[in-house]
Amino acid sequence: MKKLMGWVGVMMLVLGVSASATFAQDSGPMTSVGAGEGQVDIVAWPGYIERGETDAAYDWVTGFEAETGCKVNVKTAATSDEMVALMNEGVFDLVTASGDASLRLAYGGRLQPINIDLIPSWSTVDERLQNAAWHTVDIDGNGTPEHYGVPYQWGPNVLMYNTEVFKEAPASWNVVFEEQTLGDGVSNKGRVQAYDGPIHIADAANYLMHHNPELGIKDPYSLDIDQFNAALDLLRQQRELVARYWHDAFVQIDDFTNEGIVASGSWPFQVNLLKAAGEPIDSVFPEEGATGWADTTMMHVNAPHPNCAYMWLEHSINPKLQGDLAAWFGSVPSVPAACEGNDLLGENGCEANGFGSFEKIYFWRTPIADCGDDRGQVCVPYYEWVTNYIAVIGGR
Amino acid sequence: MTGDASSRPSWWRRVAIYLYQRPNLSLVLLLALPLLWLAVFYLGALVSLLIQSFFKLDGFTGRIVRQFGLETYQQLFTAANMDVVYRTVIMAAVVSVACAVLAFPLAYFMARYASYRVRGILYLAVLIPLWSSYLVRVYTWKIILAQEGIITWFFNVLGLKPVLDAILAIPLIGGSSLSFSFIGMFLVFVYIWLPYMILPINAALERVPKSLIEASSDLGGRPNYTFWRVILPLTVPGIIAGSIFTFSLTLGDYIIPSVIGNSSFFIGRAVFAQQGTAGNIPLAAAFTVVPMVIMGVYLVVAKRLGAFDAL
Repeated sequence: MKKLMGWVGVMMLVLGVSASATFAQDSGPMTSVGAGEGQVDIVAWPGYIERGETDAAYDWVTGFEAETGCKVNVKTAATSDEMVALMNEGVFDLVTASGDASLRLAYGGRLQPINIDLIPSWSTVDERLQNAAWHTVDIDGNGTPEHYGVPYQWGPNVLMYNTEVFKEAPASWNVVFEEQTLGDGVSNKGRVQAYDGPIHIADAANYLMHHNPELGIKDPYSLDIDQFNAALDLLRQQRELVARYWHDAFVQIDDFTNEGIVASGSWPFQVNLLKAAGEPIDSVFPEEGATGWADTTMMHVNAPHPNCAYMWLEHSINPKLQGDLAAWFGSVPSVPAACEGNDLLGENGCEANGFGSFEKIYFWRTPIADCGDDRGQVCVPYYEWVTNYIAVIGGR
Repeated sequence: MTGDASSRPSWWRRVAIYLYQRPNLSLVLLLALPLLWLAVFYLGALVSLLIQSFFKLDGFTGRIVRQFGLETYQQLFTAANMDVVYRTVIMAAVVSVACAVLAFPLAYFMARYASYRVRGILYLAVLIPLWSSYLVRVYTWKIILAQEGIITWFFNVLGLKPVLDAILAIPLIGGSSLSFSFIGMFLVFVYIWLPYMILPINAALERVPKSLIEASSDLGGRPNYTFWRVILPLTVPGIIAGSIFTFSLTLGDYIIPSVIGNSSFFIGRAVFAQQGTAGNIPLAAAFTVVPMVIMGVYLVVAKRLGAFDAL
């Protein structure tokens, strides 16, 4: 039955995509926020917009609704692709897009630029995020990049390890890339994991950036063909070590508990769950830095409730909301003020979730042919990443 | 006068008479809705899929170029993608054979020896797993097959650990644990699809007339001979009908290869990755055409063998 649903899903998608031709629409940012329209429709990751239904302590919606009269309707999406598809339908106001979806939406003409003057708290947003490349782009080509959203939350991909095998935290990602004997005298072969999404190629590129500088990798998401092939070679070497790639967070948790896996790239989510279960697990930001994700609340080009949408954008960077959300999701707030005095997040919550590691993180974005530098249009686009990663996992 | 009114039938009666005289028209009216449904949602989707597979993805913009061409199929026939196809087809074939071998004795017992009561219980035992969630069963198998799971534990207790290690050391199909190997994936596939093989074989066996078996032994055929020359040939259509289920279900499944095994891609997962994360819908469509072609050929052959008589 599941399989049948899968087929039907594929067909629906095929039909849907062929029906919805992409079109761009020129539309300047709003210049003033008027009275609310009574509701705002948001596409969000599960757990991103909580109204206290799962846990009464985590509620950042009911207060907003009472204050503004804008009823918040949330449509959760499980993947970035689902988010893009929902935004293409065009009946939503906002989306909490990750770096892989944000530029696709912007270049696809599905977003309207945000007038940051209409967001009074904009200046409280982490300065490191205010002009980040995954939401600040020059789409109209006038030389000045536009803001296509308000930063929401971010987090790193960490190196998770077993503290019984690693008496000291591993300093480098080499434990998952190079064959070696671990602290317990046994090889790491068959005992490490890697993410099974093609974006893992960026982790390999990040590793090479530090260990093979003559390749000249400056950005793990902008790889020309030589750099890309070098990353694939490293991944083929890794294939020998990896008995199984991880895909599902809960399967990875099971692998660390029941399959003798001792090190892998992972999310703070799994680390926190395993620690809470009393497993000998910890995580580290290795010396090479890491990849990570950063999500932005973005506004649809034809948003039916723009005033309420702007009110939510302002509300979304309220320190209380930001701190509560970070505690709920294991992420880092986009507003530094949220790190202090939040009971749910605790004293060191931000630091524990990676606040100090921002500079060491290469944030996820969709690789495109345009390298974004003087190399021009020679970089390997994402669909090639997919094809080649399938080949690597298949042992080629 | 009243005679006029009664001699003219009411309008619906006239409609009924009209339709009665034209059986073809009433048939068309009756079937219009289901046929429309079939044409739009089944055939229409397939045609759309087929058309998509002849488009291609523009590497420069990442957009789909709606132009007829064979570039996507060129991409499909690269070595890495053909690996995915071969891997899937071999797994589907091996799973089908194993299911047939396992299902036949049980179906034979159910059809020929089991009492009415036992037969009912066996039917229930075969069907009950199908009522529970597919996902729960797959994830349960992950735990059963794990390095710290019950099967490994059992081998340890019996002192047979070296046997298991030797099995897992087999190149290609082995791995660091059962749940990380193709052997484990094979076991799970067989477990999940076995009922779809048992039921058609059972149906075929029940239709073998007793008189033929008696005739065979009257003419001096030993039980062994009767089985190979009478019963088995008459059951082949049932085996083929069952294998159509197991084969096509394995071809398309993408959950089991993502939970069990060494992460190598199967067709279902390749389709999922190409359309889901890569946005390469033409290649995903081309991948989908592969099982359609394989099943098409298989069905034609199966039809020749009379498999559909046993459905």
